[in-house]
Amino acid sequence: MDLLLDVRGLRKEFGGLVAVSDVDFTIPRGSIRSLIGPNGAGKTTFFNMITGVYKPTAGRVLLDGEDITALPPHTVTQRGIGRTFQNIRLFQEMTAIENVLVGMHCRLKTGIVGGVIRPPRARREEREAHKRARELLEYCSLSGTDDDYARNLSYGDQRRLEVARALATQPKLIFLDEPVAGMNPQETSEFTGFVGRLRDELDLTVLLIEHDMKVVMGVSDEVTVLEFGTKIAEGTPHEVQTNPRVIEAYLGSGAAA
Amino acid sequence: MTTHRHGVIWRALEAIGLSGALARWDESPYWFRRAVAPVLIAAIVIGLAWLAGVPPSLALLIMLAITYALYVMPRRWRRVVMPATALALAIAYPLYLDKLFAIPVFKSFPTMDTMVVMAIFTLMAIGLNIVVGYAGLLDLGYVAFYALGAYGAAWFASNHFSQVDIDVASIGRIEGVAGIHISIWAVLLIAAFIAAFAGVLIGLPTLRLRGDYLAIVTLGFGEILPQIARNGDEEGLGFNLTNGPPGINPIDPPGFGSFLGDIGLPANFLLEQGTYVNFPNLIYWGAIGLVLITVFCSLRLRDSRLGRAWIAIREDETAAAAMGVPLMRTKTWAYACGAFFGGAAGAWFATFNQGVFPDNFFFNLSVFILCMVILGGMGNVWGVIVGACFLVYLDKEGLSNIASWFNENVLPCDPVAANPSNAVSAGCVNAPLLAFGIYGTIIVLVMLFRPQGMFPEERRKLEFEHGVRDEPLYDIQHDEHLETEPH
Repeated sequence: MDLLLDVRGLRKEFGGLVAVSDVDFTIPRGSIRSLIGPNGAGKTTFFNMITGVYKPTAGRVLLDGEDITALPPHTVTQRGIGRTFQNIRLFQEMTAIENVLVGMHCRLKTGIVGGVIRPPRARREEREAHKRARELLEYCSLSGTDDDYARNLSYGDQRRLEVARALATQPKLIFLDEPVAGMNPQETSEFTGFVGRLRDELDLTVLLIEHDMKVVMGVSDEVTVLEFGTKIAEGTPHEVQTNPRVIEAYLGSGAAA
Repeated sequence: MTTHRHGVIWRALEAIGLSGALARWDESPYWFRRAVAPVLIAAIVIGLAWLAGVPPSLALLIMLAITYALYVMPRRWRRVVMPATALALAIAYPLYLDKLFAIPVFKSFPTMDTMVVMAIFTLMAIGLNIVVGYAGLLDLGYVAFYALGAYGAAWFASNHFSQVDIDVASIGRIEGVAGIHISIWAVLLIAAFIAAFAGVLIGLPTLRLRGDYLAIVTLGFGEILPQIARNGDEEGLGFNLTNGPPGINPIDPPGFGSFLGDIGLPANFLLEQGTYVNFPNLIYWGAIGLVLITVFCSLRLRDSRLGRAWIAIREDETAAAAMGVPLMRTKTWAYACGAFFGGAAGAWFATFNQGVFPDNFFFNLSVFILCMVILGGMGNVWGVIVGACFLVYLDKEGLSNIASWFNENVLPCDPVAANPSNAVSAGCVNAPLLAFGIYGTIIVLVMLFRPQGMFPEERRKLEFEHGVRDEPLYDIQHDEHLETEPH
């Protein structure tokens, strides 16, 4: 199987607390993988270790066969992992298109001298970047919001703008951290379809952290369940749904009976 | 058409039965409504000038006409016309300075020496604005770069290093004196690059810090460099780097040399004294040129890829890093750019002073420049320029002029009995001694009533209303410390 992401024995300790305990985890290219678990299971810690925000205590992360363990976040992004945040972290006082352009930062080349003198090459690059940014906004159903400050967008638009910004980094793998949190049912179902399109139309591989089981079960190829930092189950949505350990983790012991 | 109006004054007018007049006002044509305010202002100003015994001179009328034209102009034009007008006035200023009248309270218009300092501080304020306003890094040691630029000019355009004798298109050097003498235009660049390089060196270890920590460390560097300058002679360093407390002088004057001088450019700024222009005027125009270049670079940088990254870092460092913005490199660039312009300003100041002295670079200067940026409006180049001009004017002339007006006309002042070493004595106030108290008061008032500055950048205004995220990146207390709590 062609593995895009291969995580081996990833572990994170905060003082005496083991937040993530020796998790093995793989994502095949072109699949949609969900990571679920009760609050405090260590999902976001796991996420942050892969994207370089935290340094893992132990373990390795391979992206496309290359070791990206403990690289700084901007290098991880450059290697091809785009991400969104659980609690929206747009650049609130930048316009929608500027947010997307910041996402393109690592794919553009104009340096400080080019920025001041603006030779034809820099102008062309900037023009093309703007064009691509508008296309991305359109792709994420955000056309017409180019010059609106991110702060002034509606909640669902802000979520989609985060995705557009992550797409601007030209990722191979995109991490979505609870992307439908706070969306209404209609927005949620639209977003679920959108995640599928990301994979089918843009050839992306998706890792989803989500609490909304309808989304998880509807869109994922495989689901991994974490509890107290340990992987307790992995498999197709159906397998996971019927796994007694998972039911116990979510509903407490006794419910499985 | 009637619009609902809020505000105490409008409600009071309505209460006394003027709502009919208000309605007529609302129906009057647009140009009329726009014109009333400037006409009123013009009438008041002319009236005041007349009361103060100033004949409503031509200059006043021209100024009012310009103000009026700017007021009624469409916004799109104003963006071009306003800076252009300000620039034209600034360039022509030395030529009509003699013909200007005295203003009540403020007395005479600023002298050329003040104008030169104004332009040089404007240069620095725009440089610091890149660091503080764009990238959001609080720098309390900016004076270090100013000092480095000044010493750079001293090293490369004076007889300080008399061990060697290098001459590259120098102007006005004394015959038979050794030392490094390089043309001032090249020295400006060299000094700016020295400062930028120092900015990178200082930035690399310190820019990993955030907010308050960064401010403290930059404060330290701002103290260290002038101390090195003060002690950098043979006694302190074993090698005469800065000549210690007496400083280095004279520094070669700026000039275009005899070749360009033949086509009408001033060959040597110092030797033009007594002709139709004199030294401060030439230095002033040179500084205006530097300000123009700086404004151009600053605006271009803001709208470039790097400028976007700076603003992104200012708004949310964690998100910026996650979007592929290399934090260290981007911040170091901001620091280097700010230092670059600070260095150029220092070099120009050194040639204006004809020398460089370590006592020119106290910590309070860093704060003074920071005040200009804060007062003018962080992030907005135009606001920063206004802030710099205003504070330098107050510092150089305004405060003492206003204070002496108060002493003569308002306070029961006895100038003979007044002790100049007391801030207040014999009913007189001594403005220079109170200066920092007054700046402090101004800053406190600005922070209380208009924390975004006089002319804030639109974004900054929003940030002040809503706040920014400043959660550390490599810190355990992240958004998920809830998630890692054991259950």
